[in-house]
Amino acid sequence: MSRLDFEDVTVRYGHHTVLDGVSLTVPEGQIMGLVGESGSGKSTLARAAVGLAPLAGGRVLLDGRPVRHQGRRRPVQMVFQDPFSSLDPRMSIGQSIVEALPERLRRAPRAAEIARLLQLVHLDPARAADAPSRLSGGQRQRVAIARALAGRPAVILADEITSALDVSVQGAILNLVREMQRETGLTVLFISHNLAVVRYVATHVAVMAGGRIVEQGPTARVFSSPASDYTRELLASMPVPAARRHLSQNPI
Amino acid sequence: MRRDRPEVLRTPVGIVGITLLGVLAVLAVLAPLLWGERATATDTYDILAGPSAQHWAGTDNLGRDIFFRTLVATRLSLVLTLMATTLGVGLGLLLGMAPLLLPRRLGRPVVAFVNLLLGFPSLLMVLFLAVILGVSTTSAVLAIGIAIAPPFARLAHTLGAGVADLDYVAAARISGVHPLRVVVRHVLPNVAEPLVVNATVTASSVLLAFGGLSFLGIGVQPPQYDWGRLMQDGLSSIYTNPLAALVPGIAFVLTGLAFNLTGEAAAGTFGAKARSRARWRPTRTRRVAVRPSRPDEQEDARADVVLDVRDLVVSFPGPCGSISPVRGVSITLRSGEAVGVVGESGSGKSMTALAIAQLIEEPGRVTAERLDFCRTDLRSGSRAATDALLGTSLAVVFQDPMTSLNPVMRIGGQLAEGARRHQGLTRQDAAARAVDRLRAVHLRDPERRARQYPHELSGGMRQRAMIGMGLMGTPRLIVADEPTTALDMTVQRQVLDLLEETRHDHGTALLMISHDVSVVSSICDRVLVMYAGRIVEDLPSADLHTKARHPYTRALIGAVPDMATDLHAPLDTISGHPVDPRHLPVGCAYAARCPLVSERCRQEEPTLEADAIGEVACWHADEPARAETLEAVR
Repeated sequence: MSRLDFEDVTVRYGHHTVLDGVSLTVPEGQIMGLVGESGSGKSTLARAAVGLAPLAGGRVLLDGRPVRHQGRRRPVQMVFQDPFSSLDPRMSIGQSIVEALPERLRRAPRAAEIARLLQLVHLDPARAADAPSRLSGGQRQRVAIARALAGRPAVILADEITSALDVSVQGAILNLVREMQRETGLTVLFISHNLAVVRYVATHVAVMAGGRIVEQGPTARVFSSPASDYTRELLASMPVPAARRHLSQNPI
Repeated sequence: MRRDRPEVLRTPVGIVGITLLGVLAVLAVLAPLLWGERATATDTYDILAGPSAQHWAGTDNLGRDIFFRTLVATRLSLVLTLMATTLGVGLGLLLGMAPLLLPRRLGRPVVAFVNLLLGFPSLLMVLFLAVILGVSTTSAVLAIGIAIAPPFARLAHTLGAGVADLDYVAAARISGVHPLRVVVRHVLPNVAEPLVVNATVTASSVLLAFGGLSFLGIGVQPPQYDWGRLMQDGLSSIYTNPLAALVPGIAFVLTGLAFNLTGEAAAGTFGAKARSRARWRPTRTRRVAVRPSRPDEQEDARADVVLDVRDLVVSFPGPCGSISPVRGVSITLRSGEAVGVVGESGSGKSMTALAIAQLIEEPGRVTAERLDFCRTDLRSGSRAATDALLGTSLAVVFQDPMTSLNPVMRIGGQLAEGARRHQGLTRQDAAARAVDRLRAVHLRDPERRARQYPHELSGGMRQRAMIGMGLMGTPRLIVADEPTTALDMTVQRQVLDLLEETRHDHGTALLMISHDVSVVSSICDRVLVMYAGRIVEDLPSADLHTKARHPYTRALIGAVPDMATDLHAPLDTISGHPVDPRHLPVGCAYAARCPLVSERCRQEEPTLEADAIGEVACWHADEPARAETLEAVR
């Protein structure tokens, strides 16, 4: 189990400051939700942790040591939002997974590893030779999760992984994330704009606005008694079913 | 590439191009072996002769046969062309991909260098390099290869950078794949098609460039000869024997054509893959018996009906018969009523909305037993009459306001346009009303917003402007297709509030399409649940979470967490896939995914039956949801 620390992380694109001195600790073996609106810097924070966004200041530490962005072993892995662009259309799903394995394996153990990973995300191992185009959105997202797990990471960053999916498969992917985290004890940063989704999967939550963290803490505490005005505003804008609207103003 | 080849050969252009290339390749291999000696044999008694039975294209100044020399020169001309093209393409790829491989600081100068080289005309570069490198065949190959590299590098870089931004490249990178491997395995294969096409076309200009160099005497040197050389030799006797220059010229033209036609056909093939080949096959469409609307019948009850749709069917032509994404939908909407339509993607909910707004385009077909809007039959009315009615009384709001607003027109102008056409307002009145409507949708500083272009507004502001456009008239109905899906949570709330306010103030009916059950149930009175092109349940949204009876409705609700979801139980899931509208099963379309499925479901399709709560189409509507939780554990 590992802890991921963002220490005073700043990211600038030109004169535009996307992340403004963000300090955040993703506790080990927990799922931490990261909520906020588009442009608040949620995705950039994840991209900074895997080296896809250049740091203008600060550090990203894994168990107290800077995260490696070189070499075969990458302890921090990421799952992307759009399962239709995150798999190479010209590679079979098995090849995509093999590519992320940290060491080269012979044919037989490699096939066994692919099968293990596909089973872990509830996909039929016989589909390893299929092209992504033969899979549905939910299945592709499962492959993307399997690929992230292939690198035997300590931390997984999940960037809006259900927002491009159909409602009927959202539930299955969320179940999978919870189950996977429980089985492997991984540390997960779960980014989403949907508060209900974060409430369901995450034990801790951080709220971002304008490139800063405005509030963080245990999910139940933050959502039941928010300290920041912005969190309160976010909670108030949740669509409430007409039937329940008169019952309570308190979302938890 | 293998599977594309037959596709290339399917067009006449492709057949001609490939055949020509084949003939040239055979000539290049065989001609020097068969006629090599005849082409070099000198005949001092017959120099600079015109065409004859012995020498079809005449002879040169040493009495050698020009026709055979042209055939034999095919090999050298083609080999040099291919060498220079390979060199240029290779160099171009290297320069084009280098910025993706190198660190940012080193990549930028490479891009700048390529841009600098692009500033020089290719021909100038060729001549310049050919002179510097010295007069020889090798230096000509080098000169041309280097000269064609920059444009190719530019193309490769632009295409490659587009792919390099995609998530799968980022995913490969962060899983520790070496950058070189990323380029070879992910970037290059995905940009190969346009590059191959471009390389083919480049080859024909290389051929010409070589001819040019040889013609000028700085290309191939005697005793070697290519077509350019032969042309130069033949030019001196153009007045006595024109064929001496024309025959190699014809060889140039044919080869150039071969390359260009093949490239053209290949480009067409690659482009065509994205396009659908579906054409409407005019099967005999059963004309639905058109019953006239009965205005006298139940006049009072129907007075406030805004929309009355019975048995709406939308079909599109498919490769094997027509496909119907909407199969018999009936909706009645009264003034001030808000009805939501939910379902998975592909359930036909958006198609239903588009059909009602008369926005289904060819080759789609819309049929209905009744399609009345404001008591006007939209099926039979003249185009102009329905346009005027829809223009003033119907507002449509789409998911992405960026694509539904014209990017080169100011917001105010776009709002005013419709009002001037449909309501006959003057320019000033329409502009004033536009500003007024922008104020009505709570846009701050509406005068300024009216003068701005769509890209200057945020997503939420654009969506409000879109609603404002709908309010230019006095709409009786707003059709909103996923109006808040692209918006942030707080902005979503504002847009929903605005829709509610409009409905409240003007008695406008609202038909709201959404995949988000919580959005729909927060604003609508009734919810229609669609599956495989049919309505499977119709119930008040207040009862959605407690009294839903169709297993699909229950699963849809259970699959999405809300703020009251039990944190210790897994979410519901729906196994299997949505039904493919091309292969609809005999019985209930949901049978394959349903936990309550029985033999009857597979045989008979349930019809929508009304009861105390609403309407539901299910043989097991009143049974409790068994096994659904079991299913969810998987």
